[in-house]
Amino acid sequence: MGEKKSVWEHLKAWVDGEEVILDADKYIVNRSKREKKNWRRNFSMEYIRGNVKLYRFLSIAISVLFIGIMLSVVNDLPEFGNPANPADNEVMERYLESGIEETGATNFVAGMILDYRAFDTFGEANVLFLAVMCVVLLLKKDQKNYSAKEEQENREDDFFDENEKRPILQIGGKLLAPLIILYGIYVILNGHLSPGGGFSGGTIIGAGLILYASAYGQKKMQTFFTFRTFTLICVGGLLTYCACKSYSFFTGANHVGFEIPKGIPGHILSAGFILPLNICVGLIVACTMYGFYALFTKGDI
Amino acid sequence: MSTGIQIILLVFLIVCALAVSFTKNLFIAVIVFMGYSSIMAVIWLLLESPDLAITEAAVGAGVDSVLFFLTLKKVHYLKGTREG
Repeated sequence: MGEKKSVWEHLKAWVDGEEVILDADKYIVNRSKREKKNWRRNFSMEYIRGNVKLYRFLSIAISVLFIGIMLSVVNDLPEFGNPANPADNEVMERYLESGIEETGATNFVAGMILDYRAFDTFGEANVLFLAVMCVVLLLKKDQKNYSAKEEQENREDDFFDENEKRPILQIGGKLLAPLIILYGIYVILNGHLSPGGGFSGGTIIGAGLILYASAYGQKKMQTFFTFRTFTLICVGGLLTYCACKSYSFFTGANHVGFEIPKGIPGHILSAGFILPLNICVGLIVACTMYGFYALFTKGDI
Repeated sequence: MSTGIQIILLVFLIVCALAVSFTKNLFIAVIVFMGYSSIMAVIWLLLESPDLAITEAAVGAGVDSVLFFLTLKKVHYLKGTREG
């Protein structure tokens, strides 16, 4: 019984009655332990680094494959600007013919994304909100993921923010930030009249806020923009958007019943819900952009 | 005239895109990517979609690169910053 037998031979011997485990306790103590297969040990860094040629070949092959697929798809696309393209159908004609009448917006893009397809834009705003919430979950500092060393580094950074002289950045920020934010507000408020709208204006405002925060430090930003205002503006904007568009969809998306006044196309107070929706989207995007910056630098808004 | 400018811009676009992927220094890659976004904004303007141009200039050249720089600072890649 000393020599090793395969499982099948053991089984055969047991069936034939030649082999019986007489001393079970002794057998259990003495039997050799099964070796666990350690996958992690097999995939060591040396093993991975040893296969450089394979990886090079695979990366080039996969890139060439994808480039080929994309180029073949691009080859099959209809010609740019051809009037017989499938995109030039009755939908576009309808938008161009009765767009001003139905939405009241002279900017057709705004009329499309905030009136005909407002639900898509709501989804996009929600995606931004979810993204910034994920960053808050990962990077916001609280007692559990925050060490004393980081606390000290943060205090040093605050000290530099207050006492260091950075004249070019500070004077530039002082002069440029109000102008940038003003331009962003203009782009948002004229979203239904001229190119632009909530997303572009919001990012411009966010860039202005980032410039101001990088020039004067986050302590100064916190005098008027705290985490509380951030959440209030984001959630308030989303809820206002949701309420406006719910009303619109509830009445059959035709604004039946109490009709929202369209105003005269071309005036600033016109186009029904498009102006308030633009303001909502712009506020959400501006808060999101500044929120990303603040969470990436200090882990706090 | 306009097509000539467009061809020059498109060549710059391709050169920038290749340069981003071939530079070893991540800092330079981010700056070249900013240039790529600016060129893309001009191309959007020439293709008669100014709202996309505004967004591309603000997001691609502005906020995006700031976020990239912050990430590089977070992983202690930039020289001159703490533990850089």
